[in-house]
Amino acid sequence: MKVDLTIKIGGAAGQGLDTIGSVLSSTLMKCGFFVFTTQFYLSRIRGGHNTFQIRISDEAIKAMDEKVDILIALDRASIENHLDEMSDGVVIVDKDTVKLDDDFDSLFHVPLLKIAKDTGGNKLYANSVAVGASMGLLCLDFDVLSDVLSSIFERKGQEIIDNNIKAAKAGYDYARDNYPQGCKFDIRQPEKHSNKMLIAGNESVGLGALAAGLHFLSAYPMTPSTGVMNYIAGKAGKFGLVVEQAEDEIAALNMAIGASFTGARSMVTTSGGGFCLMVEALGLAGMTETPVVIFQAQRPGPATGLPTMTEQGDLLFAIHAAQGEFPRCVLAPGTPEDCFYMTASAFNIAEKYQIPVIVMSDQYLADSMFTCERFDASKVPVERHLLSDEEISSMQEEYGRYRFTQSGISPRAVPGQKGVLVGADSDEHDEFGHIDETQENRINMVHKRMNKLELLRDEMPVPEIYGPEDAELTLIGWGSTYGPLVEAVDILKEEGHSVNVMHFTHLYPLPAEKIREMLGGSGMKVCVENNRTGQFARLLAAEAGIGMMENILRYDGLPFTPQFIVDALRKKEVL
Amino acid sequence: MVSIEDYGNYDTAWCPGCGDFGILKALKKALAEMDKSPDEMLLVSGIGQSGKLPHYLNCNFFNGLHGRTLPPATAAKVSNHELTVMAIAGDGDCYGEGGNHLIHAIRRNPDITVLVHDNQIYGLTKGQASPTTQPGMKTKINKEGVFNRQLNPLALAISQDCSFVARSFSGDIEHLPETIKRAVEHKGLSLVDILQPCVTFNHLNTFKWYSERVYKLDENEYPLNDRVKAFEKSLEWGERIPMGVFYVNDRPVFEDSLDVLSSGPLIRNEVKTELVNELIDGFM
Repeated sequence: MKVDLTIKIGGAAGQGLDTIGSVLSSTLMKCGFFVFTTQFYLSRIRGGHNTFQIRISDEAIKAMDEKVDILIALDRASIENHLDEMSDGVVIVDKDTVKLDDDFDSLFHVPLLKIAKDTGGNKLYANSVAVGASMGLLCLDFDVLSDVLSSIFERKGQEIIDNNIKAAKAGYDYARDNYPQGCKFDIRQPEKHSNKMLIAGNESVGLGALAAGLHFLSAYPMTPSTGVMNYIAGKAGKFGLVVEQAEDEIAALNMAIGASFTGARSMVTTSGGGFCLMVEALGLAGMTETPVVIFQAQRPGPATGLPTMTEQGDLLFAIHAAQGEFPRCVLAPGTPEDCFYMTASAFNIAEKYQIPVIVMSDQYLADSMFTCERFDASKVPVERHLLSDEEISSMQEEYGRYRFTQSGISPRAVPGQKGVLVGADSDEHDEFGHIDETQENRINMVHKRMNKLELLRDEMPVPEIYGPEDAELTLIGWGSTYGPLVEAVDILKEEGHSVNVMHFTHLYPLPAEKIREMLGGSGMKVCVENNRTGQFARLLAAEAGIGMMENILRYDGLPFTPQFIVDALRKKEVL
Repeated sequence: MVSIEDYGNYDTAWCPGCGDFGILKALKKALAEMDKSPDEMLLVSGIGQSGKLPHYLNCNFFNGLHGRTLPPATAAKVSNHELTVMAIAGDGDCYGEGGNHLIHAIRRNPDITVLVHDNQIYGLTKGQASPTTQPGMKTKINKEGVFNRQLNPLALAISQDCSFVARSFSGDIEHLPETIKRAVEHKGLSLVDILQPCVTFNHLNTFKWYSERVYKLDENEYPLNDRVKAFEKSLEWGERIPMGVFYVNDRPVFEDSLDVLSSGPLIRNEVKTELVNELIDGFM
């Protein structure tokens, strides 16, 4: 029988949802399940109502399910808010701490606090009791959990490890002994994974940057991008790179540009509001032809918006930000694999074309954990496109940072290299970087810069198609909606519909001709986006002249689920 | 030996008589006397008449955005600390648009020298008040005279423990190059506020006005690392304006705090693929 279960942990900020969620998901993944997790949290350090949701299956899964099978309720709000998401599930609750007016058949009382105190001597172990009880309820191997706890608490010493294992085992035994319906879920533990990893989008971006040989990262903390900065900062010493927390995002991008001008591979991380402050420097990167990678994890705006939720509302802003015209590249990974390989490739694109590259993620992709194929850093090419000292010494003429070439790409040297002086200017400039306000020079420089956009356009890959090529209905999406779209297609296929997905990761510049060919058929086209105004649909219309039959838009701060897409297609009578 | 000629001779876009000429000349002299070769120098400037200075000097330069000299200069120094990095800014540039960056550059203390062309007026945009414009001065915008208090950059820098704080005057062809040399040789963030006349838009603080007021402060008056005394001195402004080195504190330098730079410039670090694969394994 196919396993497809969803576990939701609900509670207030500060109650340890993250700990329970990450230990449990890591354990289930090591049991051999495919695990997918999402987090919903409010913009506060304590209190509020937050959730951590884990879906497990013995087959590959790419999105969250809407129905909940096990609810671990750490507070009353968890039951009040989520009981209607359950059909035939179990609610794990400690009635000693969570006072309830009514009793339900689905409630399963586990005295988390009492067991924690009895076994570990401290209420802090209640989280491990909860994880243990969940494993017991699922009738899975306790040993896997024991191993996970040992490795998580390795640095805290043997006593802490032992207490956590004891607490978890007591919770496990309690569930096995006391749950009245025994092994209700009747699941078989699958074979263990051999080459899979469980990872969130933000960590994948961080790994991608490390694999690309990042030297310098400057950033100002901003949810939901901060995870990348934190992750890389934690590895800075080992990798010999510099992470600097700037005074503001203006400084952050100006710093990254200064570092890059000097020859460092550099990047910034931010969200929409911070990106607003970077816009001035974005143009500076364009004008001075300084490569830089900008990681932008979107959240619903405008202004402060919904700081901890998700949206794809910054696409057209990213494509058009800053005064004047200059080439840039906008990428939008859809999965952790994309986050890793595309972030790494962003550095190569940035340096090849000497342009800013914006990598667009969002809170959903940033914080969700996916089970995916192991990344391989050895498969990441590092292409610097810098003049070597030997090339410089054999140069016939004086070096000019902005030498006119057929491609528009000028050979790039960095200050400090013997035999060259490197000058850059935010003013319109001549081949040596000196201010030049003549019309002839202006036209030549505009052609030089904008030609790079056309070269890049030719290099941009076409979108991936999932499902039959000649389907009657094509769902179009970009970035983080990949998983929900693909699973929606799977559901519709089961129902006998002819549907496919065309998913875009390389958004700008769009290879318009090739896309027109791909989408030129007679099938219905529906664009699915996490925003109010259908920004990608508008981009497709503007760049490739392709119109949509319908748009499915979500802008309540939450990510798409496959069910949401299927329901919306029905509501709009597309199906 | 490096000579002044190595730094070239360019046509400029400055007005005849502009104080910027004195600063350019003093800078070339200082660099030549310190035997700094053009390819080890990186000048980072903003926008304003000051921002053009690097164009008139044969060396590496990055003429960035208005107010944004210090962030790229800091990061350039971190990326290749073998370079001698100078930030060239104006009073509007460094004290107005980029004021926040100055405060935080002082905190960070990278080993760069900041030369501020302080003419107490906006030149490039034709005569608006700058943060250092004297209150009461009438401009096209401030028809009744400027109300805002005059920013005291030296007092600000000393209050925040900037590691080297000095003032000089574009009209003093001996004092200015000597001050620049001491600022460059000092390890840490060196701020040199350079008074200079704007012959076109500032008819109050003229060459004559400055010449009559500036005097060289006696460096034996107080120990140069006495912050309170230095702060007190920095408040002196009016009939007499002291110039010279006000304050020196050999604080730890930003680049030295970065262990990774001890083995050489950051830009020479290679990709560590094996280490990345080890991290990846941690997610399995």
